[in-house]
Amino acid sequence: MSRHRRTAWTGSGASSVRQLADRETAAALSPRVPLTPGLVGLRVLVVLTAVLGLNYVVWRWLESINWSAWWIAVPLVVAETYSLVDSLLFGLTMWRLRRRRPPPPPPEGATVDVFITTYNEPVDLVMATAEAAQQIRHPHRTWILDDGARPELRERAEAAGIGVITRSGEWAGRQRHAKAGNLNNALMTTDGEFVLILDADQVPDPAILDRTLGYFRDPQTALVQTPQVFVNVPEDDPFGSQAPLFYGPIQQGKDGWNAAFFCGSNAVLRREALMQLGVSRYVTEVELAVTRTLRTADRVLARARRGLDPSQTEARAALDAVAGAVARSRADLRAGAALADVTYRFQQQVDAAARRLVDADVTALESDLAEIAALSSELDAEEAGPAELDRAALARLAHRDWSPLGAVETVRALVRAIDVDRDDEAQPLMPMATISVTEDMATCMRLHALGWRTAYHHETLALGLAPEDLGTMLTQRLRWAQGTVQVMLRENPLVQRGLTLAQRLMYWATMWSYLSGFAAVVYFAAPVVFLVSGILPVQALSADFFLRLVPFLAVNQLLFYVIGRGKRSWRGQQYSLALFPVWIRSVTSAVANVVFGRSLAFAVTPKERQAQTRRPWHLVRPQLVVMALLVVAVVVGTVRMATGQASALGTAVNLVWVAFDLAVLSVIIKAVRHRGPEVEPAEVPA
Amino acid sequence: MTQFQSETTDTGIGVVRPVGRLNMVAAPRLRSLVAELVAQGTARIVVDLSETESMDSSGLGALIAGLKTARQAGGDLRIAGARPQVEAVLDLTNLRRVLRPRPDVASAFAGD
Repeated sequence: MSRHRRTAWTGSGASSVRQLADRETAAALSPRVPLTPGLVGLRVLVVLTAVLGLNYVVWRWLESINWSAWWIAVPLVVAETYSLVDSLLFGLTMWRLRRRRPPPPPPEGATVDVFITTYNEPVDLVMATAEAAQQIRHPHRTWILDDGARPELRERAEAAGIGVITRSGEWAGRQRHAKAGNLNNALMTTDGEFVLILDADQVPDPAILDRTLGYFRDPQTALVQTPQVFVNVPEDDPFGSQAPLFYGPIQQGKDGWNAAFFCGSNAVLRREALMQLGVSRYVTEVELAVTRTLRTADRVLARARRGLDPSQTEARAALDAVAGAVARSRADLRAGAALADVTYRFQQQVDAAARRLVDADVTALESDLAEIAALSSELDAEEAGPAELDRAALARLAHRDWSPLGAVETVRALVRAIDVDRDDEAQPLMPMATISVTEDMATCMRLHALGWRTAYHHETLALGLAPEDLGTMLTQRLRWAQGTVQVMLRENPLVQRGLTLAQRLMYWATMWSYLSGFAAVVYFAAPVVFLVSGILPVQALSADFFLRLVPFLAVNQLLFYVIGRGKRSWRGQQYSLALFPVWIRSVTSAVANVVFGRSLAFAVTPKERQAQTRRPWHLVRPQLVVMALLVVAVVVGTVRMATGQASALGTAVNLVWVAFDLAVLSVIIKAVRHRGPEVEPAEVPA
Repeated sequence: MTQFQSETTDTGIGVVRPVGRLNMVAAPRLRSLVAELVAQGTARIVVDLSETESMDSSGLGALIAGLKTARQAGGDLRIAGARPQVEAVLDLTNLRRVLRPRPDVASAFAGD
């Protein structure tokens, strides 16, 4: 070994330095997680928690359910199982906790576009972020992506030498897809190798690119995420805005499994990865749309034929021609023909059928032409640019849409769907996923499925603003939760091809945690039921019960304590139960949206504080009702024990439980009573 | 710097020939070239890739955008003469499922 080293050092000095640097780089970028003593200790705790947890919950299912009170006993054991799975997934996340070393310097000549996304945030706030972005040291171009297309913002940005990108004309009348659409639009008009994405309120550090671009020396790396930290949050964080456990051990743990999450802001992405995702999604979606349309075409055409008048023989013949074209397209696809060729031939055949139909029906032809003439003269009157093109387009419309064939709306939609131009979307390429109100998670999952790597860089490189009033905070949490549940329902990670088992579980872990609202209700209800009625969901509060439960709870808390050392993780624990109405609503509304196509009633999180006149007790009514029930249960339970109607042990256990529930829910009182700072800098008029 | 050669054949087919690398820097120019041709009434377009050394996903994106532009004007966009590197990119992204590369410009619209 020593000889090898000597040989290396007696060689060319420059090359050995380069070798050393390469080794450093390799260590920083290697997917291996070094097994430190700390990590070994952590793994021992994880195993212990899992064993004790299984020991308790399996026993609960097999031996202890009080079936005579199944209506509370079964929900409780299900809720406990939910919590055990949550704990196991947390343990798995911690198994490969990865504290990365500082990355190498940025790749030479890396070009970067900095995107600042905004919709309706105050102009001053957006400008403050954009001007800070201009000061980022690594060479880059700064763009404001203004989805509100505000002239005032454009004027001020351009005066400061900052570019503004608004939606192209293609988006008019089509789905806008919120922030994902805003980013997709901007990706088409810029050309940097890398993209830094910042929310309008996230003021970047000048070093943000110097500190993150180095990870992209690994050509497989698609994303580097940095923490989201908020400056306007008081020490005691009444709204639980900071997420020290997530932007820390949880992301570091996911990173160890190559599953570091994209969180929408403060992240750098590789354009090539996004565009590759856009292209492969385009192929998938075109193929899906065309094959699905061809599959249902017979039914649509049969229905259209039934709707025809017996005298419409030409139209009937035209429908037969469309049916023939459909059959041929199916056969071509089965034979492996490319979609562009299949659909081109299909469109040609439909055009020909429509033309025959129009030719045969002179009256229809004349009225069509009259309408075309009227429209073209209108266009001419408005000085309609290249009249040649418009006439060509109109002539085509006449064949497909204005002929009696096109009069049947369902047939027209059918014909339009058998094409490769994705006419229903503003642009054919949508790199940022549009299946969810939070585009980040789905985009990241698809990148992982394509084999790209992601990295979590644990250093605060941007400072943002958190909601300062309860209503805004609740809206924001609801939106995050809804977005996550949408992805869970639309692209369930457990069944996504291309992901490793561990990656699937890392995505699943986050989704699973959003189901906590249902468990919370059971954890509030069970002690109330006992204290008021004496009904116990377990068969007996035996020694067996305590011997299995207490060690599990203790070691689980110890694991949590070790991981969250020095971090304020209690706030997060409180909110994961105390916001149960939000979590439940997110699930019900996302199911209604995905399964039944209802609207989510999606709201953009306002960055300005909402006017606060009264304390917003009305926003937390369910929690207040639960707290009142818990207090009543304490009184009733104590009386029952004092009068000998309830056992002392059972009452004591349940009183402790209620105390825990109330401690959790007390955060709601704190949140309602909290008032943000009287005047916030961003609100001072310029 | 990537060059673009552009011409219209006797049969009214527009030919665009990217020379060099069709990457994220060159892609916007290919998009606007196709859009210009279509605006001038040439909706049947062949992108001749015989001089294209390499292509990235942004280049593919420009082809797809051009395909959409041409289709919406009642025409079509086809690719011809792809070299092995470009063929590999078509496979990687599965774009071959949609766009079938033709051997050369002459055969791109043959029979249509």
